[in-house]
Amino acid sequence: MSEPATLVTMELMGKEYRVPSGLTILAAMEYAGYKLVRGVGCRGGFCGACPTLYRREGSHRIFTALACQTLVEDGMCLVQIPFVPAPTKPYDLHSITPQSTTLLRFFPEIAGCVACNTCTRSCPQGLPVMDYIQAALRGDIERVAMLSFDCIACGICSSRCPADIKHYAVGLLARRLYGKYLVPPSADLALRVGEIEAGRYDAELRELMELPLADLRARYEQRTFEPAADQNGEYSATRRYNSPMDPVDYQDELEGV
Amino acid sequence: MELINGYPASMRESIALVERTRPARLGRTFPAMSLDERKALLLAHHPDYQAHAKRPLRFGPSKGMLLNHELADLFEARPLVRPDLDVSTIDADVDLLVIGGGGAGTVAAIWAVQSGLDPARVLIATKLRHGDSNSTMAQGGIQAADRPEDSPVQHFLDVMGGGHFTNRPDLVRALVSDAPLIIQWHERLGVMYDKDSQGRFVENPGGGTSRNRMHSARDYTGLEIMRVLRDEARNLGIRVIEFSPAIELLCDDWGHVAGAVLLNLETRRYHIVRAAATVLTTGGLGRVHIQRFPTTNHYGATGDGLVLAYRVGAELVDLDAVQYHPTGAAFPAQMAGLLITEKVRGLGAQPLNRLGEQFVFPLEPRDVEAAAFIRECGERGLGIPTPHGICGVWLDAPMVDLLHGPGTIRAALPAMYRMYMRFGIDMTRDPILVFPTLHYQNGGVAADEHGATRVPGLFVAGEVMGGIHGKNRLMGNSLLDFNVFGRRAGIAAAHYARTHRPGRLSLAHVAEYERMLREAGIETTRTAPRILPDYRGKEALERYLDVPV
Ligand SMILES: Cc1cc2nc3c(=O)[nH]c(=O)nc-3n(C[C@H](O)[C@H](O)[C@H](O)COP(=O)(O)OP(=O)(O)OC[C@H]3O[C@@H](n4cnc5c(N)ncnc54)[C@H](O)[C@@H]3O)c2cc1C
Ligand code: SF4
Ligand code: SF4
Ligand code: FES
Repeated sequence: MSEPATLVTMELMGKEYRVPSGLTILAAMEYAGYKLVRGVGCRGGFCGACPTLYRREGSHRIFTALACQTLVEDGMCLVQIPFVPAPTKPYDLHSITPQSTTLLRFFPEIAGCVACNTCTRSCPQGLPVMDYIQAALRGDIERVAMLSFDCIACGICSSRCPADIKHYAVGLLARRLYGKYLVPPSADLALRVGEIEAGRYDAELRELMELPLADLRARYEQRTFEPAADQNGEYSATRRYNSPMDPVDYQDELEGV
Repeated sequence: MELINGYPASMRESIALVERTRPARLGRTFPAMSLDERKALLLAHHPDYQAHAKRPLRFGPSKGMLLNHELADLFEARPLVRPDLDVSTIDADVDLLVIGGGGAGTVAAIWAVQSGLDPARVLIATKLRHGDSNSTMAQGGIQAADRPEDSPVQHFLDVMGGGHFTNRPDLVRALVSDAPLIIQWHERLGVMYDKDSQGRFVENPGGGTSRNRMHSARDYTGLEIMRVLRDEARNLGIRVIEFSPAIELLCDDWGHVAGAVLLNLETRRYHIVRAAATVLTTGGLGRVHIQRFPTTNHYGATGDGLVLAYRVGAELVDLDAVQYHPTGAAFPAQMAGLLITEKVRGLGAQPLNRLGEQFVFPLEPRDVEAAAFIRECGERGLGIPTPHGICGVWLDAPMVDLLHGPGTIRAALPAMYRMYMRFGIDMTRDPILVFPTLHYQNGGVAADEHGATRVPGLFVAGEVMGGIHGKNRLMGNSLLDFNVFGRRAGIAAAHYARTHRPGRLSLAHVAEYERMLREAGIETTRTAPRILPDYRGKEALERYLDVPV
């Protein structure tokens, strides 16, 4: 930083440190001298390895965050939770028939949800967690899949839930069921796999492999381009994303971050 | 620093220019370069082509290969264990040891079990948690030529051209012909790809692709694939041991690889694993920070597998070329280096300079695109300076919603949108600032199309393996590559494990490596593998005492 950073005072694992403002919690811990082993993974908000609990000065609440995605604040008092155990009974996805009771059968504890909304309030991804648990209870697999899609399995919701629900495991099973059974398989893909297995491209590929470099380069330079998908094209992002099974349909529920 | 909707006033001035030129740019894209133009640009501006940055490897089977200094340092380093370490007590005796619980490792383990190995005799050893990996971070998508307009042949051409024809053709053939099979396997595993109501995939273009063949799962493609794979492995009963990186491979009397020494990161106790076959899937090297670039990679991406494999005599290929992703975040400072997925450009966002002008075709191959950004900020002086002293170019994100309809960014790029919102920037309204970031290792350990290295018993797959992408990988081909070669290596290793029994374990190769270091005149206290990068603060380290407590 070229501008001199101001220092904030915060409590890491119960000890006070002064660290530059503008750092993420993760960077602040390192600045203070921690060489992290637990509680860090992607450093970019994708893996859920860095769940953090903290309190702010003058508030009685416990706040939750991802250490790699949250800036330090003066007076913050925090602890990292390395992970939240959520062992699940093994299942064989390939022999399950998805029904309205399937999620309840594998995760009977969801029936104990008291609708306190703590999970939703604590989710660092801003997901409507309670809503997807309620949807699971109703047996609406598609809805669980859509609402839980952005879950990074940090486990914060599960650590806070009075009903001991393993939210992210519920979401994962729902998404796998949805992806496997409720979305039709691609016909184009099946056709192509058949062609490949029948050796349809073997000769052409071998020919390319044996081509002298200059000829291969020429083939490359002469290759035609498909126009990028645009709003009128068959593969328009908008049209796809507004399909009946699409996240946009749930946009109003995916409230702002 | 005063911020107006996330940006300082100095940067707002340039944003105003971007907004002014936007209507005219909507229907007009900067033309693509010819092969010759690309080459000239690369030579002049790409970090890989700067001679002073590299030195030749001084010993071993790939002696002479030009490596970035940071990478050469890894090879010119002392092993972490002494050759006389007691390896006689075996803690785990398995058919297959998979080193690295990312995408490739998990796929290899699953397919080894599908090919008949007992899951209780397959062990995944990994550095952090199962799935903490580059695979989880992949956003943009995975390529596979499965539409009628497309074909594996077309895909083959794109891969070869993208890699400047340095790729190994047999590996590329495996990559493109297995691609549709992999996507179908994923469909059956329940990976939630973006699809329409008929089950047709939403497929976008990517840099260097001549057809739209990028399959995605919003911009959490890698996360979605990885969590499904992890769940499948767990349900199959495959054993995983976390926070236990391999710090050295083990050989038997014949010099065949026969397991590894693992280190429990918390207790520092070492574990000896004997394995009939070993698959090395340790991923990439971003955290080595080549040429001091920031990186998109996860915390454990320290190139360990390269060193481990080299010590037992494996060969390296194309490691002289590392990939800088053109669009790393350059502002705000807290995001520096994080990946802005190529999908943003795939959906139509144009790169612009300080004056709001286009200066490069948005979807050139990555190295070319990155070099163009570096030229714009350097030689041409048309980059946008930030208050924290680095420079970047704009990526005109709001164009995505203009081209594809409002709501597209939030639906198709939720991770990007969320990440910027966390730091006060709304990418549906404002452009975002980017600069190249260290992203991918391109080359790696040489292997055949079944992942077999030249050392019996050692297989590789994923980013640690080289040759597939030549000197430059195209987007969407590495999620594909870890699946294709993870599967192939898993099957081949399972077969090998059924027909080979390891002999007595030995670390003779460590003594041999030390000898080579000595003979090459390399005296150093550096050690490798690196395991984890060190980001501790200077002030804290100044008073660090290394005492037993
Ligand atoms: C931010 C980002 C975005 C990307 N986007 C895309 C994309 O859109 N499309 C695409 O195709 N590709 C993309 N890539 C590239 C792609 O994700 C990776 O190349 C690929 O996932 C690598 O898979 P892998 O299994 O080889 O390595 P990884 O998934 O990284 O797994 C390696 C594993 O090995 C472990 N490990 C490392 N060292 C040791 C050791 N010594 N002992 C034990 N375990 C060890 C690591 O902890 C890790 O778990 C992206 C990469 C990044 C970083
Ligand atoms: S925290 Fe648990 S009990 Fe409360 S709403 Fe969420 S799932 Fe239900
Ligand atoms: S739903 Fe739960 S596990 Fe998933 S991201 Fe939100 S808090 Fe984390
Ligand atoms: S380190 Fe992965 S989410 Fe924070």
